[in-house]
Amino acid sequence: MSQDQQTTTTSWEVFLRPRRGLAHQHVGSVRATDPDMALAHARDLYTRRGDPLSLWVVRSDGVHAASPAERDPFFSNARHKPYRYPEHFAPLTRGEQDDA
Amino acid sequence: MRDPATTARPAAPGARGTAPGDALARHVRRLGDDALILGQRLCETVTRAPTIEEDLALSNIALDLIGHARVLLTRSGQLDGSGRSEDDLAFRRTEREFENVLLVELERGDFAVTIARQLVFSHYAVLHYTALADAADPELAAFGTRAARESAYHRHHADRWTERLGRGTAESHRRMQAAVDRVWPYTAELFEEDELSRTLVATGAVPSVAALHDDWAAAVTAVLDRAGLTVPALGPQPRGGRDGLHTEDFAPLLAELQSVHRQYPGGSW
Amino acid sequence: MSATAPTGPRAADAPADGGAPQEAERAAEFEALVAAGESVEPRDWMPDGYRRMLIRQIAQHAHSEIIGMQPEGGWLTRAPSLHRKSVLIAKVQDEAGHGLYLYSAAETLGVDRADLLDALHRGQQRYAATFNHPALTWADTGAIAWLTDGAAVTNQAPLCRTSYGPYARAMRRICQEEAFHVRLGFDMLLALCEGTPEQRAMAQDAVDRWWLPAVALMFGPPDTETAGTREPAAALGAAVSRRAIAWGIKHHTNDELRQRFVDHVVPQAEQLGLTLPDPGIRWNDERGHYDFGPIDWEVYRGSLEEDSHTARRRIAHRVAAHRDGAWVREAAAAYAERPTAPDAAPDRTTAGEGKPTG
Repeated sequence: MSQDQQTTTTSWEVFLRPRRGLAHQHVGSVRATDPDMALAHARDLYTRRGDPLSLWVVRSDGVHAASPAERDPFFSNARHKPYRYPEHFAPLTRGEQDDA
Repeated sequence: MRDPATTARPAAPGARGTAPGDALARHVRRLGDDALILGQRLCETVTRAPTIEEDLALSNIALDLIGHARVLLTRSGQLDGSGRSEDDLAFRRTEREFENVLLVELERGDFAVTIARQLVFSHYAVLHYTALADAADPELAAFGTRAARESAYHRHHADRWTERLGRGTAESHRRMQAAVDRVWPYTAELFEEDELSRTLVATGAVPSVAALHDDWAAAVTAVLDRAGLTVPALGPQPRGGRDGLHTEDFAPLLAELQSVHRQYPGGSW
Repeated sequence: MSATAPTGPRAADAPADGGAPQEAERAAEFEALVAAGESVEPRDWMPDGYRRMLIRQIAQHAHSEIIGMQPEGGWLTRAPSLHRKSVLIAKVQDEAGHGLYLYSAAETLGVDRADLLDALHRGQQRYAATFNHPALTWADTGAIAWLTDGAAVTNQAPLCRTSYGPYARAMRRICQEEAFHVRLGFDMLLALCEGTPEQRAMAQDAVDRWWLPAVALMFGPPDTETAGTREPAAALGAAVSRRAIAWGIKHHTNDELRQRFVDHVVPQAEQLGLTLPDPGIRWNDERGHYDFGPIDWEVYRGSLEEDSHTARRRIAHRVAAHRDGAWVREAAAAYAERPTAPDAAPDRTTAGEGKPTG
């Protein structure tokens, strides 16, 4: 019974730019057979309220992902390098908190 | 285009006098009736669409159409000086007082019929409402601008599905062609003008729908071509809606639409 | 239905295949994450029981939205004013939207929406039994929006903080929209109560019929010792609730939420001038809550049984729509898969910011 959907609809990730000046944000996903349908469904589903400026749909299987749980070394870049942050260094003005 | 004999048909009981305001009011009411009845048909599809996404899409379109009806019926009640509200006009007129085209009242049918009807109507609506944006009446002009924009999305929805059904499977092609064949004869009435509308067109109060026909036919033909569908031959063209002479599908539709409102006389909602 | 072996394409967030050697260590990490009130995200390791409980709950929730379209959807064609017609269309389409948000959230757990719908159609997965109550008059649409959506908001507000990230995000979106539903239901009933005596009578009748389905069925069976009888089922329900609370899926028992709902709704009923059909309702100064007739297992089961014939209609309606739409879904699929590339799609623009054309 579900064979038709299982074999044919694809998952698409939906990104919305809610306001000028903001990046597109991931808002969820839709299922559709092709990009036009995906865009239409995303429009109907995610723009019923507000005044969104732009919508993207991206095939979910086109997203390449990684997370620390799976690939810890991949994210090790940020650790043990305090000198990447301004507060590692002497404050520019004596007695003030870092706010650079 | 219009059969002159139609002017000899019995006038609908709700037809009022022929003062200019009344004529425009009646013209606007006809357009409001088109939107209301088509919106009502789409309401029937909600919870019955092929996918949940389509329930959402069709209800969005229904919502726009009911919105159009509200503006147009309200304006009509102002123009004829009767002070009738949108609800007076929607819920307290009888079958013969409604003057929508027959196309919009035809039974729901399958999804292909829904799409075929949306295709021919939305292409017409975009052209007509765009032209209406130049109307002398400022409220009508504002309505035309808004409604043309919304109808353009309805048109996109119908185009998209027409192409997918036309070029989908053998079954969808067969159903879509049958649906186009079914609604096609009823499209002529969209572009007909009678004495009332000709008078209004002559004074520049409203745009001529007859003048829109060729652009409409070209646009719809292009979509049907893309979809691999055949433009039906011109056969008999049923008409009568603009005079309150409906199909037998209409009375049950209206009874349902008005049932609760009429059961509670004097009610406020 | 397998929770771990989706046959269809999955969302980008779908879980990675496990194969972790240190199961116990991961379980401890997971428990710590939940205990700290952090979100669990799709690619995190999670216990099978957690995944199964979530799938069941999210699917049930999604199905409730979809089946819940029917009792109100049936009145779209008969709404007594064009304003009310517009409002009801907007509400019913929100329900379709909520169903879609939730199916998407469920898919991040590795299941396929088509399988979930199949399970619904075959009666293998449940939905809120409240929606098996028949909507007999126009006023029922108001009572549904006020009482059952009000109950839903009470249930759902804590779910905005549920431990599973995609579910919590869907719920935040849903809660924002549901607030409008409760207001519109109240507003609709208020109009009836301020109308003719016949309208007011219709409103009271609807509230009489929807009170018990809302208060009993929307919150699920009793799950605390005080509300349970000597039923073994009550102990089981309490155990399931405790597990869900420990995992941060739920934050409150069914009975706590039920009390919260009653406390909200009694003053609103007074404002409407409508009577809630429970003679046991009275303010209890000592507890700081309203007392109300106990929702024990007998009451709960009775409500379920009364509506079993409408339940069959709900599923039949849903199955018919799905079956009648099969050819359309097949057509869309065949169109997408046809060998000749489509002409340049008219509405598609290259939008990526990484491209110079963006």
